[in-house]
Amino acid sequence: MTTTSSLGRPAAGVGTSSTPARRSDTPERGERRAGWLFSAPFLFLYIAFLVGPVLIGIVISLFNTTTVQPGLGSFVGFSNYADVLTSGDFWDSMWHSVIFTLFTTPLLVLLPLLFAILASRMARGQWFYRLAYFAPYVVPSSAVCLIFAFMYTPETGLITNAFGWVGLTAPDFFGTTSGAWFAVVLLTLWWTFGFNFILYTAAIQEISGEVYEAASIDGAGPWQQIKSITVPLLRPTMSLVLILQVLASLKVFDQIYILLAGGPNYSTRPVIQYIYDTGFTSYRGGYAAAATMVYFVLLVTISAAWFLLRRRRSAVNA
Amino acid sequence: MATSVSPPAADQDHSRGRDAGDGGAKAFNRLAATCVTLFALIWLVPFVWAVITSLRPNGEIAEHPTRPWSSNFSLDAYSYAWTTNPMGWWYVNSFIISTLAVIFSVVVCSMVAFALVHLDYRGRYAVFAVILAGLMLPTEALVLPQFMEFRALNLLGTYWAVILPSVALPVAVFVFHSFIKGIPVSLIEAARLDGASWWRIYYQVVMPLCRPATSAVAILVFITSWNAFLWPLLVLTQTKSQTIPVGLSGLIGGSAIQYAETMASAVLGILPLLAVFLVLQRQIAQGVANTGIK
Repeated sequence: MTTTSSLGRPAAGVGTSSTPARRSDTPERGERRAGWLFSAPFLFLYIAFLVGPVLIGIVISLFNTTTVQPGLGSFVGFSNYADVLTSGDFWDSMWHSVIFTLFTTPLLVLLPLLFAILASRMARGQWFYRLAYFAPYVVPSSAVCLIFAFMYTPETGLITNAFGWVGLTAPDFFGTTSGAWFAVVLLTLWWTFGFNFILYTAAIQEISGEVYEAASIDGAGPWQQIKSITVPLLRPTMSLVLILQVLASLKVFDQIYILLAGGPNYSTRPVIQYIYDTGFTSYRGGYAAAATMVYFVLLVTISAAWFLLRRRRSAVNA
Repeated sequence: MATSVSPPAADQDHSRGRDAGDGGAKAFNRLAATCVTLFALIWLVPFVWAVITSLRPNGEIAEHPTRPWSSNFSLDAYSYAWTTNPMGWWYVNSFIISTLAVIFSVVVCSMVAFALVHLDYRGRYAVFAVILAGLMLPTEALVLPQFMEFRALNLLGTYWAVILPSVALPVAVFVFHSFIKGIPVSLIEAARLDGASWWRIYYQVVMPLCRPATSAVAILVFITSWNAFLWPLLVLTQTKSQTIPVGLSGLIGGSAIQYAETMASAVLGILPLLAVFLVLQRQIAQGVANTGIK
């Protein structure tokens, strides 16, 4: 994985060190030092602000820390964990994040795939599709929510009225749980569709045109080409998009918090908002840290499982 | 780890499927074109709707909410939105934070990637493994302990609180790593023989060759830090020190009758990044594809 420069010794004393290396198989001292110096800034920031919070979270979760005043408070052992694991509100919020994932993942894995395949067959206008589908992705979540909240307005909103145009009655987007889920899933579909679309498009461009030529000489129609060439070759990309989507959906916060504030009546509140509410509104730092750790372990388990599975599969294929 | 930063396949076979010959294929392609184009047009509706609404007078919006035209379009809502909210400050804050995050992460991540590829030092494999493990770290989930840490460091409310956690980005290291691996070792060796220090090799030989990787990482970091919401919401509490996403979120559920003003604020919030996107469309799409495929 790492290519070692086979260069044993530089000609003269170079850079930081002027002592020539004594043996050819050990790296020169200056090089070793340079290696650490080059890695130091990253490692420092990584340990301080990525690893640090994990350790702090573990420690705080064992104390009854409050968020209003500094200091740890007193040691309470695992009672925060016991409280979290027996809390109905925590499991409800966990379940809401899972519901959101179950709604959004199939849509955001399959629809972009379909449209990326179709768009890649177009002779012209690739830039237009990329623009239309991907532009929402660069829009901040709160701007998306402002626009959609306006379009979801009862009676006057564009989407509310669009239901009427096709003979349906719009659900109450802010007053009912099912309406709220519909609102937030549709918004998310619009907002993040382009990211997966781009991943698929890039993968489709990697497929050589000759494969299609050969297939069309053999008399394969477009549908057959898609079914037996494009989709099978896109399997690895689909699996990547799937895991990225599951992890992203499980971390949902922005849309639900801004658009619905977790409502109506906390029935859509995702787990990050639960942590936010208990930690920063009720100031129960220790308790929220315990909830953080439970949630954190869940996310790490999912990505580690996927990672190991993929490694095993690529080892089998190789 | 199949990250490869390469120029987009511009000369790809656009005509595939077109010359499939028979009528069935033609009909299929026409149907596909209609579908994709229709869908794309629907995708643009929220943008168009926000712009139209922001230009119409409120009275008219209340009277005919779904009418897309108006006889008296005006920009009044924009000047109102600009003066009632500290929009200028939000722009400045977002811009400073995102720019610094980009600079720091490009420098820091490319340095460690360079060391991992070209420098032989003890513990290199451990460093590599640690960064690899970092890919799986869901940092967004850790806001609470992160908040406690920054409070202890007395950095709450500063730009640093927003910038520092976004600098050490494992994905960025892997983008640089795979790109630097593609640079011929002979180039580095030649520079070594000429007596160049490692630092000079890094910034005069390697970095100029890494431009595609740099732009991919820069784009990724800029977009994510410009659009970051939860963390800036927690640490930047003063209205004037907020970023665009955080500031805008305060307008939701505000006055229900100021449709035009609200939409004007949303459009103002969208504009900077959308403008960048329109100019750098291809590079951005390419950058996302390269950093997404870890």
